[in-house]
Amino acid sequence: MTDHHGEFDSVTGKSTTGHEWDGIKELNTPLPRWWVISFYLTIVWAIGYWIVYPAWPLIASNTTGLFGYSSRADVAVELANLEKIRGEKMAALGAASLADIEKDPALLALARAKGKTVFGDNCAPCHGSGGAGAKGFPNLNDDDWLWGGTLDQIMQTIQFGARSGHAKTHEGQMLAFGKDGVLKPDEIVTVANYVRSLSGLPTRKGFDAAKGEKIFADNCVACHGDGGKGNPELGAPNLTDKIWLYGSDEATLVETISQGRAGVMPAWEGRLDPSTIKAMAVYVHSLGGGK
Amino acid sequence: MNKTVNPNELTSDDDNGPLYVAQKKVYPQSISGTFRRIKWGLMAFCLGVYYFLPFVRWNRGLGAPSQAVLIDLPNSRFYFFFIELWPQEIYYFTGLLIVAAVALFLMNSVGGRIWCGYLCPQTVWTDLFYAVERFVEGDRRERMRKDKSGGGLTLRRVSEIAFKHAIWLMIAWWTGGAWVLYFNDAPTLVKELLTFQAPMIAYIWIGILTATTYLLAGFMREQVCTYMCPWPRIQAALTDEWALNVTYRYDRGEKRTSVKKAAELRALGQPVGDCVDCYQCVAVCPTGIDIRNGPQLECIQCGLCIDACDNVMTKIGRPKRLIGYDNDINIQRRQEGKAPIYRIVRARTVAYSAIIAAVGGIMLYVLATRTLLDINVLHDRNPVAVKLSDGSIRNAYTVRLLNKSGYDRVVAIDADGPVNLTTHVVGVDSVTPDRPMIVIPRDSTSELRLLVTAPADSNPEKSIPVRIHVTDIGLGEVATTTDNFVAP
Repeated sequence: MTDHHGEFDSVTGKSTTGHEWDGIKELNTPLPRWWVISFYLTIVWAIGYWIVYPAWPLIASNTTGLFGYSSRADVAVELANLEKIRGEKMAALGAASLADIEKDPALLALARAKGKTVFGDNCAPCHGSGGAGAKGFPNLNDDDWLWGGTLDQIMQTIQFGARSGHAKTHEGQMLAFGKDGVLKPDEIVTVANYVRSLSGLPTRKGFDAAKGEKIFADNCVACHGDGGKGNPELGAPNLTDKIWLYGSDEATLVETISQGRAGVMPAWEGRLDPSTIKAMAVYVHSLGGGK
Repeated sequence: MNKTVNPNELTSDDDNGPLYVAQKKVYPQSISGTFRRIKWGLMAFCLGVYYFLPFVRWNRGLGAPSQAVLIDLPNSRFYFFFIELWPQEIYYFTGLLIVAAVALFLMNSVGGRIWCGYLCPQTVWTDLFYAVERFVEGDRRERMRKDKSGGGLTLRRVSEIAFKHAIWLMIAWWTGGAWVLYFNDAPTLVKELLTFQAPMIAYIWIGILTATTYLLAGFMREQVCTYMCPWPRIQAALTDEWALNVTYRYDRGEKRTSVKKAAELRALGQPVGDCVDCYQCVAVCPTGIDIRNGPQLECIQCGLCIDACDNVMTKIGRPKRLIGYDNDINIQRRQEGKAPIYRIVRARTVAYSAIIAAVGGIMLYVLATRTLLDINVLHDRNPVAVKLSDGSIRNAYTVRLLNKSGYDRVVAIDADGPVNLTTHVVGVDSVTPDRPMIVIPRDSTSELRLLVTAPADSNPEKSIPVRIHVTDIGLGEVATTTDNFVAP
């Protein structure tokens, strides 16, 4: 750097900038030239970057850059490629029968992987991420099925749902025997205790089993069947097993009998493509409760 | 305004000088002798191993790689002759690193920085590059003259420089080329590289290693040892008074003077040393130091100054090894008129050897007794336990079976614990009751969903330990893992 002021510091021999504060003069110590040049180059680079890449905001959109490159478009292409790569495998899944998929380790692994992700996205809010369910939402890991637990039955339930409004949906309702005035409160308590006795649960003291059986036969057998074994056609639960969707204590049963139950399973046909639904059916079946 | 630095003002023991001195070009002279021969031999050996090892074949059977040493990154396998390592066995490298580090300590306690002088890749490649330079441009004096006569860029000189750099680049390129051969089947990759069909990553790595070899061995040379490498600092802390270091034996007398003058002085019975101040030891030094100034950080202990000095001593009829591998103790002893002693077996070397033997032994033992069938189990967390309609309790596990052997296996899975347990694998029919059978293909893993059920009347506690076994039906080999069985 040249010296503009002709002033030199006597100690260091360096020129000064001519600036002085309280008798202290500033030495002229310029940045190294390579540093300055690199700095200017970064500015030039930044301008080039502005022009080449989408950068300038416009009122409704933004400049597309010299080559029309955008990372968003890149991602779209990558995703399309991915779909293409997976397409063949997913097609193989679509072509195979449900039973064959479970027999083929490669297809089973694919269906389980696909099913698991889609389950996490769509089913986990109600059934839990591992299909453990919750009160009112069936546990998909156990072997108790409202609408049947074979591969085809599971697939049908996923496809069309239950009380979903779809034309082919499962229909069936637990009536509100109390609310509708069909049964009196003491009758409801009696039949609730009878239902508990069906699965070997303890009953209230002084409970009239014969009366309970009669009320059950008159009102419940139509759906739940003789002895309360349930009916998957109607989504009527088996009342003799150890698994309870809403709970097995007397209060819950009284609530169920007087208010009725009508949980909804949405229909996934149209929202998920057929091979995905197939993968899902295999996944749910393979959770361990499938029949 | 930069103050010009006179390198002569700054020696390594000048504490006030800058920490870095601008590179002073070193022109090592060619030399012949014992240590030079050892260096040539080791160089040929090291480079030979590095360049040709990927081409050594090893038959592992159909479908398995037939390369003796292969790092198969896409399939996560490491092959070393008869050893095949899986990613989860990477801890063997920990052992290997410990052995390597302690071996370095051992070398250091026996012979100082012999690693630096003979085996370090930086030394080996720099030595090779110097050989090329000498071959193309001539020896020390010639190179110095050619560099000094600025403006003498004749066509001959330019072609000479170009030729040198071309050979350097070829060596560097081959260095990078050999590197990538360790990561893929060598003959196939060579063919692909030649036809430009190889994956981009191979070219990138060749580029990187070509550049680093060319720069480090061609230009930075001794600067790497002096400024980049941590080993000189570490070894200074590891060395002791028994370690053999390249030493100028100043006990052979002072002062240093010409042969003629020395003879005269000797005749007069005045003190004079064997050193005739010929500077041959400096001329041959690849790091450009004067060993007569005592132990120095820059010294890589290659022993070339020993050869240079021995040649001179032979010529002037004085005993050899005025410079030699020696230690401080012996210099002391000789001055006191005692015989020198060399003690290689001492606490330090014995301890290092013992550590190497112990770690190596453990590694060999683990390697020899490891199973080629393995099982890993992950308990389902959501839900941890499921109650079935008949009241029985079931837990689900994600099981990964590993078949590290070179043949397919038929295995059965079963579980045992304090209560009676039955097993089922999703998608698999049980051949015998409660023992699902699975085929695991050779050299691969299989992930399965295992369901373990306890009957309703067993009333297991909240959590009971279970042992899950995988049994090779044919060989009877069993791998076992433990987990817990949880009741809801």
